[in-house]
Amino acid sequence: MAILVDERTKVVVAGITGSEGTFHSLRNRAYGTQVVAGVTPGKRGQDVEGIPVFDTVADAVEQTEANASLIFVPARFAAEAVYEAADAEVGVIVCITEGIPVRDMAQVRAYLRGNRTVLVGPNCPGLISPGRCNVGIIPGEICMPGRVGLVSRSGTLTYQIVHELTQRGIGQSTCVGMGGDPVHGIGFTGSLERFEADPETDLVVMIGEIGGADEEHAAAFIRDHITKPVVAYIAGFTAPPGKRMGHAGAIITGSSGTAQAKAEALEAAGVQVGRTPTEVAELAQAALS
Amino acid sequence: MDLYEHQGKDLFAKHGISLPERAVATTPEEAADSAERLGGHVAVKVQVQAGGRGKGGGVALVHSPQEAADAARRMLAEGFNGTVVTRVLVERLVDIAAQFYAAISLDRSVGAYLAMVSNEGGVDIETVAQESPSAIRRLHVDAMLGLRPYHARRLSGHLPEETREGAAELLGSMFEVLASADATLVEVNPFVQLTDGTVMALDAKVTIDDNALFRQPDVEALKESFPVDPIEKRAKDAGLQYVKLEGEVGIIGNGAGLVMSTLDVVAQAGASAANFLDVGGGASAEVMATSLEVILSDPDVKSVLINIFGGITRGDLVAEGVLGALSRVSLEVPIVVRLDGTNAEEGRRLLAEANHPMIFPAETMLEAARRAADLARGAAA
Repeated sequence: MAILVDERTKVVVAGITGSEGTFHSLRNRAYGTQVVAGVTPGKRGQDVEGIPVFDTVADAVEQTEANASLIFVPARFAAEAVYEAADAEVGVIVCITEGIPVRDMAQVRAYLRGNRTVLVGPNCPGLISPGRCNVGIIPGEICMPGRVGLVSRSGTLTYQIVHELTQRGIGQSTCVGMGGDPVHGIGFTGSLERFEADPETDLVVMIGEIGGADEEHAAAFIRDHITKPVVAYIAGFTAPPGKRMGHAGAIITGSSGTAQAKAEALEAAGVQVGRTPTEVAELAQAALS
Repeated sequence: MDLYEHQGKDLFAKHGISLPERAVATTPEEAADSAERLGGHVAVKVQVQAGGRGKGGGVALVHSPQEAADAARRMLAEGFNGTVVTRVLVERLVDIAAQFYAAISLDRSVGAYLAMVSNEGGVDIETVAQESPSAIRRLHVDAMLGLRPYHARRLSGHLPEETREGAAELLGSMFEVLASADATLVEVNPFVQLTDGTVMALDAKVTIDDNALFRQPDVEALKESFPVDPIEKRAKDAGLQYVKLEGEVGIIGNGAGLVMSTLDVVAQAGASAANFLDVGGGASAEVMATSLEVILSDPDVKSVLINIFGGITRGDLVAEGVLGALSRVSLEVPIVVRLDGTNAEEGRRLLAEANHPMIFPAETMLEAARRAADLARGAAA
């Protein structure tokens, strides 16, 4: 099962001929993912190590039956790439691109409302169902197939925690990097809902950080709808207010969006919150045994 | 990026919003000249990227050019809440009949804009929200649809009859400002009705989306006017995300979440971070070397912790960058390096081969944080 992507996923990569696009497309393919097409306007007919390149996503879908889009194009073109993929009716769009203007993303959100397409990201590492499919830049070798679902606002922090889980022999069903932007696609609640319904997931790890109220909303959702155990980590306990900490979305505004408030909301909903990445792995291990 | 009030008002003026007559002054003499020209009765307002000016002594209502000069002199000399003040806004006083509040901001939880109008203005909006919530009307505005006249009518429907039309027009213009300048916040507190009936914006708070500056050259040019810490400037110029903090352990990491987590873990190890520095994805050897130079130029730094978990970023390039930096800077503080992920083994091998006495490899993030904390303490002792 897993969620969102599995062995039936066929990926079309927007921006495949760029250096990052090529590097990660080939890595995803080497992992066993069906990377069936690439898109770069004007480069129709070329190929990247055997992966055919098309001018448009619609052409790629027509000829290869791609059902997922992976986007590596620069920020100023990224919203366009999301619209194009949504119109070509791929089921899942994974947007790695960082630095997309908020107004573009707010428009994308408005456009996708009521659409069945699931957007992951932007400003995210993508997602992986270990042993089956890797769509994005998460290093496959740190993951291992198993029964923990993971959803995170941070890329490298996800790698850190996945690594700690794997080292303890705890595998993952799917890891979802939802990204660090203030306006994004699938979030904690959408991921939790799918993990709850997935018979191959026994426990969910969620990784949040300062800024916004996604974690607080997740806490309310967990209390009302989630029966599986959830373990959380929140980054930024020592972050000062008013400073953007790298991610566009990671900023404490006035007194709202603090790590403390998020941890308390989650704990009140019965979620165990680890204080270090290592402790998160230990809590997951204890909850599964 | 938060704009100064006068910069926000320049944007407002372009979109037809009524404003008091005004002039920017950078010296007491300029303030006096402007006050003279504006009729003597003026407000002198500090220009800073922060709110709370009214309460904090950042606004003076004066009645002669001499008083305007005195107020400007004090503000320019004293700064405001620890911030340097390079300019003040001198503005003609107007006859206010009533004060209100309007704002349009990004509501990140729904991915749309949120417009708000309060019939109590000139006071802290969070206090109004708590004490008299019915004073505030709120509406979400779809980013594709934009703010329409019916939104504006609904939002201003609880204001006095004679204010509604002017307020609705103001809201329409505020949304134009937001959309055309890629703002994430446009706030007017207060907007007022004058005794002659005019609806006017007395303040302007505008925050611009940093991600959109590439298509806002006019706004981007305003960056020059804001005071910046020299280390922060150097980091920004190199494309690094850097925030100066109070502690003694210099931090370099890749990915905002991992860096934030590293700060937290260093704090748990009994030390505190001197900075947040995210090299971002796909950092090259050059970027790593520059990062190290930035960190080492901070005299507070007693040890450095480099924590890299590679995805796009490759461990071999990180190691090359660290080693490359050694030829450019003299290393007086110890550096703890922890590498994992893409090409980490290659990176660890490069560092091991270099066998430098001030570079300490660490196996795990926790071990690295403890080591860096201990080394910082050792240096302090």
